[in-house]
Amino acid sequence: MTKQARWGNMLRLAGLLLFAAASGWAQAEYKLNFQEPATKLAHDVYGLHMGMMYICVVIFVIVFSVMFYSVFKHRKSSGRTPATFHESTKVEILWTVIPTIILLLMTWPVTITLLEMRDSSNPDITIKATGYQWKWGYDYLKGEGEGIKFMSVLSTPQEQIHNTAPKGEHYLLEVDNHVVVPVGKKIRVLTTANDVIHSWFIPAFAVKQDAVPGFIRDTSFRAEREGIFRGQCAELCGKDHAYMPIVVEVVSPEKYTAWVAEQQKKMAASAADPNKVWTLPELVSRGETVYMQNCVACHQPTGKGLPPVFPALDGSKIATGPKAGHIDIVTNGKTGTAMAAFGKQLSDADLAAVITFERNSWSNKTGELVQPNEIKAARK
Amino acid sequence: MEATVPGHADTHAHGHHGHPPSGLMRWVTTTNHKDIGTMYLWFSFAMFLVGGMMALTIRSELFQPGLQILEPERFNQMTTLHGLIMVFGAIMPAFVGFANWMIPMQIGAADMAFGRMNNWSFWLLPPAATLLVTSLFVPGGAAAAGWTLYAPLSVQQGMGMDMTIFAVHILGMSSIMGSINIITTILNLRAPGMNLMKMPLFVWTWLITAFLIIAVMPVLAGAVTMILTDRHFGTSFFNAAGGGDPVLFQHVFWFFGHPEVYIVVIPGFGVVSQVVSAFSRKPLFGYASMVYATASIAVLSFFVWAHHMYTVGMPVGGQLYFMYATMLIAIPTGVKVFNWIATMWRGSLSFETPMLFSLGFIFLFTMGGFSGLVLAMAPVDVQMQDTYYVVAHFHYTMVAGALFSAFSATYYWLPKWTGHMYNEKLGKVHFWLSLIFFNMTFFVQHFLGLAGMPRRIPDYALQFTEFNQISTIGAFGFGLSQLLFLYNIITCIKGGPKAPAKPWDGAEGLEWDLPSPAPYHSWETQPTVK
Repeated sequence: MTKQARWGNMLRLAGLLLFAAASGWAQAEYKLNFQEPATKLAHDVYGLHMGMMYICVVIFVIVFSVMFYSVFKHRKSSGRTPATFHESTKVEILWTVIPTIILLLMTWPVTITLLEMRDSSNPDITIKATGYQWKWGYDYLKGEGEGIKFMSVLSTPQEQIHNTAPKGEHYLLEVDNHVVVPVGKKIRVLTTANDVIHSWFIPAFAVKQDAVPGFIRDTSFRAEREGIFRGQCAELCGKDHAYMPIVVEVVSPEKYTAWVAEQQKKMAASAADPNKVWTLPELVSRGETVYMQNCVACHQPTGKGLPPVFPALDGSKIATGPKAGHIDIVTNGKTGTAMAAFGKQLSDADLAAVITFERNSWSNKTGELVQPNEIKAARK
Repeated sequence: MEATVPGHADTHAHGHHGHPPSGLMRWVTTTNHKDIGTMYLWFSFAMFLVGGMMALTIRSELFQPGLQILEPERFNQMTTLHGLIMVFGAIMPAFVGFANWMIPMQIGAADMAFGRMNNWSFWLLPPAATLLVTSLFVPGGAAAAGWTLYAPLSVQQGMGMDMTIFAVHILGMSSIMGSINIITTILNLRAPGMNLMKMPLFVWTWLITAFLIIAVMPVLAGAVTMILTDRHFGTSFFNAAGGGDPVLFQHVFWFFGHPEVYIVVIPGFGVVSQVVSAFSRKPLFGYASMVYATASIAVLSFFVWAHHMYTVGMPVGGQLYFMYATMLIAIPTGVKVFNWIATMWRGSLSFETPMLFSLGFIFLFTMGGFSGLVLAMAPVDVQMQDTYYVVAHFHYTMVAGALFSAFSATYYWLPKWTGHMYNEKLGKVHFWLSLIFFNMTFFVQHFLGLAGMPRRIPDYALQFTEFNQISTIGAFGFGLSQLLFLYNIITCIKGGPKAPAKPWDGAEGLEWDLPSPAPYHSWETQPTVK
């Protein structure tokens, strides 16, 4: 086989492989652009991006046709003698001024859109989104639904993540409690965080706002259509950064009113009688649910943790020692570590339940109960 | 540029230099710029392989949704170390290696200005690299806060973070000393007649880069020191509860970080300028405007840092300012690209491997520049911040930019270093495979970013699967292609056709007046440049 023939064969083989791969992937659905906009702002950003991209593509094609013309025509192999010119103030000025003009023209629409994006004044509803490692908490601060608060946790089962169960349609983009908002109303979102920086990101709204611990930032959106919109935390926030999605459900105003009523009823019901005395099985069973939502990422279902960063609870001094120490660390957290102060996130009943669960699970058999009123006392 | 060469060939007659110690001690004690340059280059290639293995580990995990080979914490350690090792271990030392080898030869100096400091700045690197790599094996693992080390996440981590901070301090010291050496050499040791505006572009770009390094490495050192004291000594620079602000870290970091990306790529501009001119057999078009454009890019780089932080919640006036300032950078960058193309225009072009890599650089770096322009627009960036679009963008500038220009430089000067020609055919195969697999890896990441896939996640929603698979296959292709490069270099060192003093007929510069391989001591008597 001649050299050329061998090369030819290799090229054909490579082509075949590429073709096979391409046809395999051809059935898959490709997303080549932004998600379909659901706010006016997102439409504007979509348009801006397309416009910018077309300008860039046109410049790119012009500039590189010149280069490739040179590459194909001005070859040594075609016996050319090189020209000797090497400067021209005129063209230098020309190709400084022309891009400057193009850039100046671009700034106008971009500035308008930016000003529009940052205007979060006169909202209909204000919601505070608090980033926790690794979930979001929401408080409806103002407007219809004022007073509603809930945590929003990834609802994809661990089995799907660890490939022991088939993955669902909304794998990693599903949560237990959606942020429900009415369509067509201006929603202002205040972001903050409890531990490290997170970022509240809904692509279809063109909204992304970092949530900085100890500070309040804001952003806003006005959804044009009903539907469920999914996003994810966009700022690296530690181990489970990939597992704290954001789901916003946009509903009609009537449905929203109904949702608000339902939430208020739920909250009244869950504000359990603080003086109720719970039994051990009641606390352990409720505590297990709380544990699976709040503690399992670090301390693991086995209670063995991921030492040394995330210590074991199974057999730990705190979980088997005096109650007061256990209540203190769960309620107030431990500074300088990922251990959050859950006192701010959970109710007295939930805290009592999860502490009781931890003291009576795995090899921990203290047999001790922590009642909600003990938490209430400890908070003071 | 014409040079008279008064007897460089008689260097062996100078007995007073003695012979360097042989074996390991030669390398430990050497003050010779060529030895030190060689060590820098091998070190950087080793780090390139280590960082590359980490990249492949990351891409393997991302081949499918779900967790397969890495737990999330390990994954974050991999992305963090990949970034730190590639920037500080591979790319920066590679260009310091080129500077060591070539700057004295190009300006007609006998060696670098400070031989012992040169030795020290190299030998600081292996301990720093050891700290970074071994931090993977300490309790708690390596730093996992991303190469940007954002507080307060970096305050939360285990002792791997302390090792990383120490490594960054050491690497910074090394870079600063290297830069002082380069600046002193360039300003004081030029051959008679080599005035500043006659210097080769590679020397010019390094002069500018060295000033950038001295200006910003201390800023990085300050930022990581503040993390260190927040972690261990009770300060609250980045803790709101103590009166600090987490965002302060980002401002300080990016005041270093944005000039840093130009530190990484500006010497590459110099390489490409020389290579394009050599293989077009035509002088560089607009030499003076190239120098001014490079200097403007360097100066502007200090005024644009917060475009990395559009979503952090700064005042709208701040966003507008940083947006306009960032767009300005497109102008001098455009001038450079236009000058390169004008250099080729009506030249007599040939396409040996260095030229191919330089053309690849111009083509792909410009794409990275355009995606950078898109990202500069604050409202658009809000959609793209911290998504794969950004990952694609900076790999177009770092890999197709800095790395391709480093390949170009290696092939261009390899005959001068080894005295042998490398295998041209293999070099071209290396280029084409790198080009194809690079685009396969990173072009599709633009789409992932547009569709909203965040960066730094070990697991993703199902609609991102196909592009991630293409990207992973491309990454393995790209990684394996680099073994060809290694093979080509080793065979070129060991043997191969004898290289003439000037293997490229269009090349200009004093280095080509020296024989190939360049003698251990060159330009003991300075040439005169007319």
